[in-house]
Amino acid sequence: MAERKPIKGITKERTEKLIEETLAVLPEKAQKRRAPHLGANEPGASSCAVKSNKKVVPGVMSQRGCAYAGAKGVVWGPIRDVVHVSHGPIGCGVYSWGTRRNLMQGIPGVTSFPLDFTSDFQERDIVYGGDIKLEKLLREADELFPLNKGLSVLSECPVGLIGDDINAVTKKMEKELGKFVIPCNCEGFRGVSQSLGHHISNDSIRDHVIGKRGFKEETGPYDVALIGDYNIGGDVWAAIPILEEIGLNVKATWTGDGEIEKIAATNAVKLNLIHCYRSMNYMCKVMEEKWGIPWLEYNFFGPTKIEESLRAIAERFDDKIKKNVEKVIKKYKPMMQAVLDEYKPRLEGKTAMLFVGGLRPRHTVGAYEDLGIQITGTGYEFAHQDDYDRTSPEMAKGTLIYDDVSEFELEKFVEEFKPDLVGSGIKEKYVFQKAGVPFRQLHSWDYSGPYHGYNGFKIFARDIDMAINSPTWDLVKAPF
Amino acid sequence: MSEKKLRQIAIYGKGGIGKSTTTQNTVAGLASLGKKVLIIGCDPKADSTRLILHSKAQETVMDKVRELGTVEDLELEDVLRVGYGDVKCVESGGPEPGVGCAGRGVITAINFLEEEGAYTPDLDFVFYDVLGDVVCGGFAMPIRENKAQEIYIVVSGEMMAMYAANNISKGIVKYASSGSVRLAGLICNSRNTDREADLITALAERLGTQMIHFVPRDNQVQRAELRRMTVIEYSPEHPQADEYRTLAQKIADNKMFVVPTPLEMEELEDLLMEFGIMEAEDESIVGVAESA
Repeated sequence: MAERKPIKGITKERTEKLIEETLAVLPEKAQKRRAPHLGANEPGASSCAVKSNKKVVPGVMSQRGCAYAGAKGVVWGPIRDVVHVSHGPIGCGVYSWGTRRNLMQGIPGVTSFPLDFTSDFQERDIVYGGDIKLEKLLREADELFPLNKGLSVLSECPVGLIGDDINAVTKKMEKELGKFVIPCNCEGFRGVSQSLGHHISNDSIRDHVIGKRGFKEETGPYDVALIGDYNIGGDVWAAIPILEEIGLNVKATWTGDGEIEKIAATNAVKLNLIHCYRSMNYMCKVMEEKWGIPWLEYNFFGPTKIEESLRAIAERFDDKIKKNVEKVIKKYKPMMQAVLDEYKPRLEGKTAMLFVGGLRPRHTVGAYEDLGIQITGTGYEFAHQDDYDRTSPEMAKGTLIYDDVSEFELEKFVEEFKPDLVGSGIKEKYVFQKAGVPFRQLHSWDYSGPYHGYNGFKIFARDIDMAINSPTWDLVKAPF
Repeated sequence: MSEKKLRQIAIYGKGGIGKSTTTQNTVAGLASLGKKVLIIGCDPKADSTRLILHSKAQETVMDKVRELGTVEDLELEDVLRVGYGDVKCVESGGPEPGVGCAGRGVITAINFLEEEGAYTPDLDFVFYDVLGDVVCGGFAMPIRENKAQEIYIVVSGEMMAMYAANNISKGIVKYASSGSVRLAGLICNSRNTDREADLITALAERLGTQMIHFVPRDNQVQRAELRRMTVIEYSPEHPQADEYRTLAQKIADNKMFVVPTPLEMEELEDLLMEFGIMEAEDESIVGVAESA
């Protein structure tokens, strides 16, 4: 891949000086711990600039979540035909209820279950254990919602502390109910971020789901599965038509708008296409090792990356698919050009800084660049080394890379770099908007979306333009 | 009427050492001295008050919580019973071994008793009879801030009982540094081992405390227990009843409350060797199988 052109005003020296000045206010010990997580990008360097996947430094404001959040919010929650039980006190279940915009089709309570099921632990459940209650709950939930295709049990912290054996309960209930009853030991205190929750959930799929069902229809040479697309704002629905148009059959989606029995049969596809590598690479590797299914990372943000990805996908298939890919690329060119003609003149030369979860800080870079926007800084809440290795080539030399950035650090960085847009989460949104910096919420697509695929790019371009070029910013003046 | 000062006392010691029996007999002794006492059993087995109440299966706090669903719906009279000598009795209760969290049960029960005003002004003593193995924070609840200030450790001349006493002393040091809890003495519940009184006196000295009383072994205790009674109630004239009354009087008069000085493992082993309880270890045989 060709190295990114340098960004005007962004140099390694300036970035390193900024990091030093920012850390200077921290106590010495915290400085020492934070310093390796911040760095100036050096494309082509053998090892990535920053350290990652370490415990948050106490005292700083971090944006991270917990293992339960990673399991419930990310991996399990989007599966539409399963009843997801938050096992423990009420808060975890309630505050993770419908907050992630992983859209699903179906009739709630009949064919989809975006409802809040929780065992609502009381003192007596802590003291006497919650296994009996869980068993009863699973039975009752299944009676009330008999059309579900399975039930998942997501452990909250106390369940792990008192040593309840949810695995024994789910095993018994799976036999009794004759459908999937899946344990997930994703207690929030495990690990350093939501990332471990993704891993634990992948392990639950490996141990209790995958290979347990087969596809109803015949399998074919063009069967693929979409892995790591959670259908935020309808992303899956924007991605599937493209893959179908090039002649592939999308047999299962993991897990956006997903169906558990199709997920269970995914070991019969020919290729796994993975979008969010961070949260689902584990199962891709399992399917590769156990069933020899290859997997391919792809990127459906912005026309450049879509075209690159489609061609890479075509390489894995025959000439029929290759021809289709070129046809599809050609077909959408005018539509993409129209988008660029409309928005690029207003966005060319702007800069943005990103801070999101485990994929978008690198995967959306191309989409911004298609619009003429350069990314001066990026970082992840919970990425690992392999994510940063994939990030470095996407970023220009000297740009700022920050891992598990604190609110203070990000504010300082934005103050200095003065980007035209910050893309991050809900906790950052109002901080920066109040500072007069245009902002887009990049976890939930700010109540918009989809952003994936050709159709998604149209919406993405409109939203980014709307944020940056809104006349609002010229009308408001901070009173301080 | 002069303001009575409530003394809160926790009894600890190795499992099976006779904590519940000693506690109830001592409390019966205090009752016979005219003292008002509340016993709180902090053990899921809920057998800390059966000799006072003549019954085993009394309703525990956690039983009622389980039945009613929440601790908020529980009333004090549902769980407070009065037995011999007007001694008030409550059991925290809890789960069977292997499930749930017994420690949380103790915390829940004690919080409930405080909130519901179980510690009435007429009381002279509250006794917490705690599960032998202090496996988690819940079983240390009775010695947290504003609860028991005095701890008695029931011990015998057996090696493991003394290990346990030393370990409990370590726990007391931790809580003593942040609160007012103090070690008030060792109660030797005799197992008729060699030079037992001397040994426990020596251990007490090393810990910076006293052997407050040596309770001799006597089958009268078991005879009374078979009738679910304390010796004091069953046979008040028996010499063993005098022992418990003496212990009760000594506790009532006790003024020696210390932050203990627990022994290092080597010191404890030296002490045991000095009294012939333990033999010097032969390091050459460690880890070598019989057939080797």
